[in-house]
Amino acid sequence: MPHYPNKQFLDFEQPIKELYEQIEQTKKLAEKNPKINYQSTVDQLELTIADKRKEITCKLTPWQRVQLSRHPDRPYTLKYLEKMTTNFVELHGDRNVKDDKAMIGGFAQLDGETIMFIGQQKGTNTKLRQLRNFGMANPEGYRKALRLMKLAEKFNKPVVTLIDTPGAFPGQEAEERGQGEAIARNIYEMIRLKVPVICVIIGEGASGGALGIGVGDRVLMMENTWYTVISPENCSAILWRSWEKKEVAAEQLKLTAIDMKGFGLVDEIVPEPFGGAHWDYDEAAQTLKHAILRNLHEIKDIPPQERVNERITKFGKMGFWNEV
Amino acid sequence: MKKERDEDFEANLSGNENSDAARSRWFKRIKKGILTSTSEKKETPEGLWAKCPECNYICTTTELNEGLYVCPKCNYHHRIGSEEYYEMLFDNDEYEEHFDNIVSTDFLGFTDLKPYSKRLEEIHSKTDLKDSMRIASGKINGQGLVIACMDFEFIGGSLGSVMGEKFSRAVDYCIEHKLPFLVISKSGGARMMESAFSLMQLAKTSGKLSQLSDAKIPYISLLTDPTFGGISASFGMLGDLNIAEPGALIGFAGPRVIKETIKKDLPPGFQRSEFLLDHGFLDFIVDRKILKQKLSQLITLFNN
Repeated sequence: MPHYPNKQFLDFEQPIKELYEQIEQTKKLAEKNPKINYQSTVDQLELTIADKRKEITCKLTPWQRVQLSRHPDRPYTLKYLEKMTTNFVELHGDRNVKDDKAMIGGFAQLDGETIMFIGQQKGTNTKLRQLRNFGMANPEGYRKALRLMKLAEKFNKPVVTLIDTPGAFPGQEAEERGQGEAIARNIYEMIRLKVPVICVIIGEGASGGALGIGVGDRVLMMENTWYTVISPENCSAILWRSWEKKEVAAEQLKLTAIDMKGFGLVDEIVPEPFGGAHWDYDEAAQTLKHAILRNLHEIKDIPPQERVNERITKFGKMGFWNEV
Repeated sequence: MKKERDEDFEANLSGNENSDAARSRWFKRIKKGILTSTSEKKETPEGLWAKCPECNYICTTTELNEGLYVCPKCNYHHRIGSEEYYEMLFDNDEYEEHFDNIVSTDFLGFTDLKPYSKRLEEIHSKTDLKDSMRIASGKINGQGLVIACMDFEFIGGSLGSVMGEKFSRAVDYCIEHKLPFLVISKSGGARMMESAFSLMQLAKTSGKLSQLSDAKIPYISLLTDPTFGGISASFGMLGDLNIAEPGALIGFAGPRVIKETIKKDLPPGFQRSEFLLDHGFLDFIVDRKILKQKLSQLITLFNN
């Protein structure tokens, strides 16, 4: 039985919603007729739900994965920190303009080890979504992230970033304060950071907004996430000159974790609970925690300069071309 | 007019700049075909006149060419390609081109309105360009320099694997020969047809710049009209010096996207070079006519 039956259902999750409704009805019947035992019916329905979640996971299209990555009940950065870490202290501000609520960060302990966590944060209701600017950071967000990374480097603590953004915010003030420069600076500084860096795509990985905190020794992707150069909607609008081709664009962009792992652009896929991370926050967080710890363990003893060189070499190999 | 200019880098990025379907048809042809007989046909040599998109001033192409493609009336800097920049900057137009054997390939089998492979074929048959960036080394006023220059003509100067690889090898070349590095940017952003591979070029090029920096070799980033997206979010903004041509549109997100997001009109001059200088993101703006002189001045200062 899921620990967290979700509140909102995507179109392809409707069969599960119906099964939940049947359970509700059965329970009501049980209240009316206390003499009849309905428990076996409920158990049977719950088994069917579990099967259905498995079934959905098996045949997800790229576009459905995009939808899952944006599921309104999906756990965000702070949720993962709550479930995975202890002693989390959030740190604010870029020491320059303001505190960007779309980008959060701070020290926390993962199995006793101090780590700097940084990630985009989305809101969980309408008001909070606005406060968090839908996970779209401004330049000050990227500069806060960089400040925290430098802080971690100074005290020799590893950096773990959790990426979940529909993109860097395309606003007037963002441009005035140098959105491009902020992201460029982060990419440049991250690739030469002396401490271990692990990046995880936990939701949406859209373009420069994601890469701005996405350059690491290890880049992991959770199972139902996407990572590419543009969102399928915008890709459809530019290349197909229509908003209607987002499903096709999602397929053509090859943006799923499986594709990205296949290309060698990410290092590992972190499995999610059947049906998606929103079905079981604890399970999702535990799997992620172990993946982070294992990767950290593998890279933490490499001498810093060697690790930086390996990072540069790793990204330097990416691309495809012919030599004639 | 301006509106059209604001938007067309995106059209170029999608490679649809020449498609008739993209343009609206405002007249209807009554009779089909050409009615003038061949004997009556009048020949007008092409490319004799050039019109300034900014002030509509018309001058001969020779005049424009001699004036380094700058409008004699309003100082509008026409968009030019690598060939023109190399001719303008290298002494006696002498330079050696490098890594031109690296060409794009359709690894992903990407198909939008047409397959990426077909797009590449078409552009190869239309122009002499191999890809959206060319690398050349030579001398300017007697001092050695490596110039990586983009060609907007080639899928909107988009950043793909080939640009990333050429850029990387150019950096290695600079380190090996201890030559300063100039990058002339003119691009709509990342090449969508290469999906995440094009995104990773941002990290790839930044990694190489980190090595260039460790080798203490000067890197100058010259931004020209237009420079957007992945370029401004990577090496475009990472110069030891960031400079730009006057009036160039430079930014992360395109003006149309921003307008749609904030649902407000953007202030005049938004995202132009002068705006960036004002906000502290450029070291200076340089007129094309004094570009060579200014660059050699800088190289002297660095080399001294």
